[in-house]
Amino acid sequence: MVEPMLRPFLAALAGLALAGCALFEEPRGTGDLGLIVERAAGSVIIVDTTARKVLHRVEGLGDLSHATAVFSRDARYGFVFGRDGGLTKVDLLKGRIDKRVIQGGNAIGGAISQDGRIVAVSNYEPGGVRLFDAATLAPIAEIPAIGADGKRSKVVGLADAPDARMVFSLYDSGEIWLADLTQPAAPKLTKWPGIGKLPYDGMITPDGRHYAAGLFGEDGVALLDLWRPEAGVRRILDKYGKGAEPLPVYKMPHMEGWATVGDFAVIPAVGRHEVLLVDQKEWKEIGRVALAGQPVFAIARPDGRQVWVNFAHPHNHIVQVIDVPSRKVVHAFEPGRAVLHIEFSPRGEQAWLSVRDADRVDIHDTRTFARIGSLPADKPSGIFFTSRAGRIGY
Amino acid sequence: MWRPSLAALALIVPLVAAAAEIEPTPRRQKEILHLFKHDCGSCHGLTRKGGLGPPLMPEAIAEIDDEVLIDAVIFGRAGTPMAPWGIDLNREEAAWLIRRLKRGNIDG
Repeated sequence: MVEPMLRPFLAALAGLALAGCALFEEPRGTGDLGLIVERAAGSVIIVDTTARKVLHRVEGLGDLSHATAVFSRDARYGFVFGRDGGLTKVDLLKGRIDKRVIQGGNAIGGAISQDGRIVAVSNYEPGGVRLFDAATLAPIAEIPAIGADGKRSKVVGLADAPDARMVFSLYDSGEIWLADLTQPAAPKLTKWPGIGKLPYDGMITPDGRHYAAGLFGEDGVALLDLWRPEAGVRRILDKYGKGAEPLPVYKMPHMEGWATVGDFAVIPAVGRHEVLLVDQKEWKEIGRVALAGQPVFAIARPDGRQVWVNFAHPHNHIVQVIDVPSRKVVHAFEPGRAVLHIEFSPRGEQAWLSVRDADRVDIHDTRTFARIGSLPADKPSGIFFTSRAGRIGY
Repeated sequence: MWRPSLAALALIVPLVAAAAEIEPTPRRQKEILHLFKHDCGSCHGLTRKGGLGPPLMPEAIAEIDDEVLIDAVIFGRAGTPMAPWGIDLNREEAAWLIRRLKRGNIDG
């Protein structure tokens, strides 16, 4: 017989048991989680950068060539933008798709608004930007990118900006547009036509002040100061390749992660085997670092001490590390064919590299450069850690 | 007696070669399809529906002459981001790839 006084206690215990194992599973944070795109399989793996292991594989995300991702501001959900127009909201904790819509025919990237309420997708087809409710993925508004030439343009370089704005570039007509999303259903646009030929990508500086669009059709970068938009778009690094025959470009460089270190930015030069060092006060070139190939990503370790660079075909098996104070390449290695992306752990002690043709993601210690781990992944491309959730322009 | 000039021969030989529809070895075919899927796919899409580059679905390229397409692959296209892939492919290999593309038979 059970003592009457113990009965309520036992009943409570039984209730706990019935509530199931969820109650006994330790809750966990998402600050050390990330998503890695498996581009050919149309899946993502969810990784833990503390345990350095794969937690889940989530399938059914469609064509993930050139896929990118942003995170909800609580860093629980990743929004994955697929090439085929798929927008998928992935629950990192449950390891499954939360919501998914096909929002366009052919997409290139996306962004999440400062307040985390709006997810924006930039589309090649139909050219423009579409806005969605981050909670439900319900459509909110569409911004058709009809350029000054009257034609619909592909949209590239979409980035969120402070004060409830988004900024992007029109590839075909050569324009920068700034969208004020104070009233998301009726975005207010400011347009700068004639910024230069074929802007191929754009990025916002980590302080959220400057938006830069790289030009493919000419040597130079178009720069907009978001603190003084009335001053207009100006050209910087004009003719930075003057006098040299540009090399063909086997992969467009990316501007996201244009490394900003101290007073200067490290920028991949289009079609050249070098990065440019650019003073961020005057926006003038202050030097170059010669490299093994055409840089695709030049990404700074979060403290800015190192910049890690990967390369376009046929040098995409190489990774080089630039030491920022000495402006010299201090380390180079060859992880395998087709190193597509580099992502640092939140405080930069680890660098993760996707090695597509080896079906591997390698993890390196950034102090010793030693490989400290490796995870299997099916044709991995973009690596996205949740530390992006709190950063402007990511 | 009619004798073809060297110049005429130089014209005829590539035509004959093209007409012969040279097939790369099975191993090389695999390499070319891998290159196509991943490197061309960066701009033209893994499903060939286009991206920064135009779509390469059979109906999108059916009307374009093979030689024009081969030139675009080998030499790139000036004024566009299309790079010269002659660093990886010779004309016969490009011709084979384009025949496959036009047939929509590309997933090796």
